[in-house]
Amino acid sequence: AGESSGPVPGDGAGPPAPERVLFPPTFSVSEIKNKQRRHFMFLRWKQQQRKEKLALKKKRRKEREALGDKAPPKAIPKTIENQRVYDETTVDPNDEEVAFDEATDEFAPYFNRQTVPKILITTSDRPRGRTVRFCEQLATVIPNSHVYYRRGLALKRIIPQCIARDFTDLIVINEDRKIPNGLVLSHLPDGPTAHFRMSSVRLRKEIKRKGKEPTEHVPEVILNNFTTRLGHSIGRMLAALFPHDPQFIGRQVATFHNQRDYIFFRFHRYIFKSEKKVGIQELGPRFTLKLRSLQKGTFDSKFGEYEWIHKRREMDTNRRKFHL
Amino acid sequence: SPQVVWSMLGNRQFCSYKMTTKTQNFCRNEYNLTGLCNRSSCPLANSQYATVREEKGRCYLYMKTIERAAFPRRLWERVLLSKNYEKALEEIDENLIYWPRFLRHKCKQRFTKITQYLIRIRKLTLRRQRKLVPLRRKIERRENRREEKALIAAQLDNAIEKELLERLKQDTYGDIYNFPIHAFDKALQQQEAESESDSDAEREEDDDEDVDKREFVEAEDSELSDFEDMDKLETSSEEEQEEEEEVEKKASHSKWKGKTPLKGPARRKRPHIEMEYEEETEPSTKTKAA
Repeated sequence: AGESSGPVPGDGAGPPAPERVLFPPTFSVSEIKNKQRRHFMFLRWKQQQRKEKLALKKKRRKEREALGDKAPPKAIPKTIENQRVYDETTVDPNDEEVAFDEATDEFAPYFNRQTVPKILITTSDRPRGRTVRFCEQLATVIPNSHVYYRRGLALKRIIPQCIARDFTDLIVINEDRKIPNGLVLSHLPDGPTAHFRMSSVRLRKEIKRKGKEPTEHVPEVILNNFTTRLGHSIGRMLAALFPHDPQFIGRQVATFHNQRDYIFFRFHRYIFKSEKKVGIQELGPRFTLKLRSLQKGTFDSKFGEYEWIHKRREMDTNRRKFHL
Repeated sequence: SPQVVWSMLGNRQFCSYKMTTKTQNFCRNEYNLTGLCNRSSCPLANSQYATVREEKGRCYLYMKTIERAAFPRRLWERVLLSKNYEKALEEIDENLIYWPRFLRHKCKQRFTKITQYLIRIRKLTLRRQRKLVPLRRKIERRENRREEKALIAAQLDNAIEKELLERLKQDTYGDIYNFPIHAFDKALQQQEAESESDSDAEREEDDDEDVDKREFVEAEDSELSDFEDMDKLETSSEEEQEEEEEVEKKASHSKWKGKTPLKGPARRKRPHIEMEYEEETEPSTKTKAA
């Protein structure tokens, strides 16, 4: 044990790594009872490990350079997207069944240009200032949308009235402690209802940019990364909010980007500086959505038929499995 | 006897049901009629006492008499009151006949209050109830962290730019944007549209003009440019072409639809010159997009 103690750790200076440390073979750092000494030994061991790792890396690099062209290709680093558990409901672009489904589901009239989207935005009871402002900004971003205050009306009674007045979609923004935290998106003539959890809401004044307000032009829509069947239907639902023909004069684009089950919404104005370069400037609010449940009919919490619910115990356990 | 009990519990000794506040004393006894700690309201200090209590929506009249003072188990006699308000009042009256006026009056008052709050409960349950779902802190934290990581992994700006460039290549924008390579591709693939032939004609005109001007403008440039190769006449001639085109573009700006608002200076077609101007405009875009 005399050799293994090494330099006295009471100095407070960093431990100098010795060249060769001889330990009895069954020794492990965790056996030392004294905490200070144990900590010191552990640091030294860690340093040694780091050195070894660095040496290994250097050796490998030298080998690779020595081989030159014959070197094996570099290994692809593992990312969560690479390691994602393959979802069996991933949509193949040429899948006929999916194409048939989409031609006959509730969004078919929209995609066939038979209906023009008209959207009603409302909140839960007694919205606070932030939510109200967010609703207004959302209304400027989505063309042909109207904001109405709730005033204690029951959703079940609002919905038939909306259908009577030709609204195609209903958005309810739920508020908690003065910030919006939930979004219910319901396609109206008995379309599916999606309930999202909304987070990191940034109003226009909080975004660091110098752009002006969004104009009245119809923006383009970008939907990224909606791969599975569920993701596909959510993507169509989100796309159905915007009119089908974007006005390219406006040069505005609304993006719904799905990454690991979080849908990021951004609203930009773009400009093509050349055929290989485009500049984008963020205007408009931004928020992220996470899908909590998808119901078949319109909003009905008691008797609705749920197509998909997020079940925490089953779905959150695997970090490599995503559903959208 | 009740007087003794009161003299003990009332002020001097400890009563476990008594709650004192700055202005008043309250009695927590469940059989108390008024809820205050008084000589007339204390169920312990009165041998003849009555209360109205409700259980599961039904009201009962509880009575205590001296005769049963020795039998604690049978002390409180319970009478179910009718659901009809007036009938129940009559029932209270007939059960408490010959009882002190105070008790009768207070019982009826208490019964009235109870029925009122029962009605209110029934009305409220018919309305929409706001369901409070508690947030789970650990889960909230986990989801926020995953959201941040997902945001970093998403690289939104790059993704959006890529998508827009893809769309430009796929020709979804049609004839709005005219870029030379793009136009060249279009010439290869399709038949030329009108705008294309126009831009070609413009460029040809520029070349013709430049051929003449190239002679005497060259010298100036070769003096000015330190780092650029003086041998390469091409660069200087291209610069000339650039300037010519710039002039042309500014004249024809009105032809294009609505490009003016954000980025003022006209676009550069040649890569070299792009480099110069990039330094001016790039930083601003970078701060915005980041």
